Amino acid sequence: MPKVMVVTSGKGGVGKTTSTASLGAALAQSGQSVVLVDFDVGLRNLDLVMGAERRVVFDLVNVVQGDAKLPQALIRDKRIDTLTLLPASQTRDKDALTEEGVKNVIEELKEKFDWIICDSPAGIEKGAQLAMRFADMAVIVTNPEVSSVRDSDRIIGMLDSKTLRAENGDTFEKHLLLTRYNAARAARGEMMNVQDVLEILAIPLLGIVPESNDVLTASNVGCPVTLNTPDSMAAKAYSDAARRLRGEKLEIVEPMERKGFMSRLFGRKAATA
Amino acid sequence: MSLFSFFTRSRSAPVARDRLQILLAHERSLSGQSDLIAVLREEILAVIAKHVSIDRDKVNVKLECGDQVSTLEVNVEVIDQPKSAPN
Ligand SMILES: Nc1ncnc2c1ncn2[C@@H]1O[C@H](COP(=O)(O)OP(=O)(O)O)[C@@H](O)[C@H]1O
Ligand SMILES: [Mg+2]
Repeated sequence: MPKVMVVTSGKGGVGKTTSTASLGAALAQSGQSVVLVDFDVGLRNLDLVMGAERRVVFDLVNVVQGDAKLPQALIRDKRIDTLTLLPASQTRDKDALTEEGVKNVIEELKEKFDWIICDSPAGIEKGAQLAMRFADMAVIVTNPEVSSVRDSDRIIGMLDSKTLRAENGDTFEKHLLLTRYNAARAARGEMMNVQDVLEILAIPLLGIVPESNDVLTASNVGCPVTLNTPDSMAAKAYSDAARRLRGEKLEIVEPMERKGFMSRLFGRKAATA
Repeated sequence: MSLFSFFTRSRSAPVARDRLQILLAHERSLSGQSDLIAVLREEILAVIAKHVSIDRDKVNVKLECGDQVSTLEVNVEVIDQPKSAPN
């Protein structure tokens, strides 16, 4: 059964696009056929993060409006042959996407792929609602920070009421992906920790991605971090999260900061003791 | 800087957590309400539209919850009906 998964958050800049690319790549690296659909019409970026920006000819809006056939708009990744991208368009027309049109595209994608991963735009308006409308499950990307957590709560409420599955009374899987996690700051109590966020949002945790330069480097060069630096902490967090999405039960280890304040007080020995 | 303030100065995370817990409890209790208003709006409209012509865009339904009383305010602009005017 193909899975339609929306990556959403409410707030912008928390790591939805990064997570769409990284989870998608990790799933594809494990042999699943994956298509990433950029729903951020007007502000497309997934093509850039995937390093496919110069290969975009047709896009989601062209397909929805019947100006191109779906296969013409699909871009096959050059590094992982089970990974495909359906880019968003740069049009400023807010009504470029229709519910009926999106439904048809998703139905057609379901015939070709195991995973259809929808990168949601920020906000709670039409664009975000269309991205989640036909999903079977959601990854809610959250930073351990007040406005991000509040917006995630809002989005969870919408997933529970505005998706087709919710309306039909079907089950809807929700997974929390905590990103840009700074373990040192959480340990010092400057930033909410994993337990704080889990307690407030009360949905199962899919993974914890540390704040990391490897993620920035990966998007600079247009290559998902799981492919660019597979041994980095961030890549491992994404690969493990992808395995959990496939049903594997893997323990989630909270990132630990070696340079906690004890080690800064007492030098390096405290960290290794 | 006292030793005490050194240990407590940057522990703002618990404050963040507590503020969020209070705020979200409030916001969640309201979230069902927007749907209630949508339902009320549709049903009130249906009843009124049976008898007079109305412009669906000129209907305003507002629910205000106070500590003591809550009020439901419905504003409907009725379109002038030439047929009811005396000839
Ligand atoms: N784990 C991380 N560590 C460091 N930077 C990150 C991390 N995740 C995302 N970023 C950066 O944050 C910015 C916003 O990420 P993006 O994925 O575009 O967010 P969104 O799609 O939610 O708006 C980008 O510059 C991205 O490189
Ligand atoms: Mg984005």
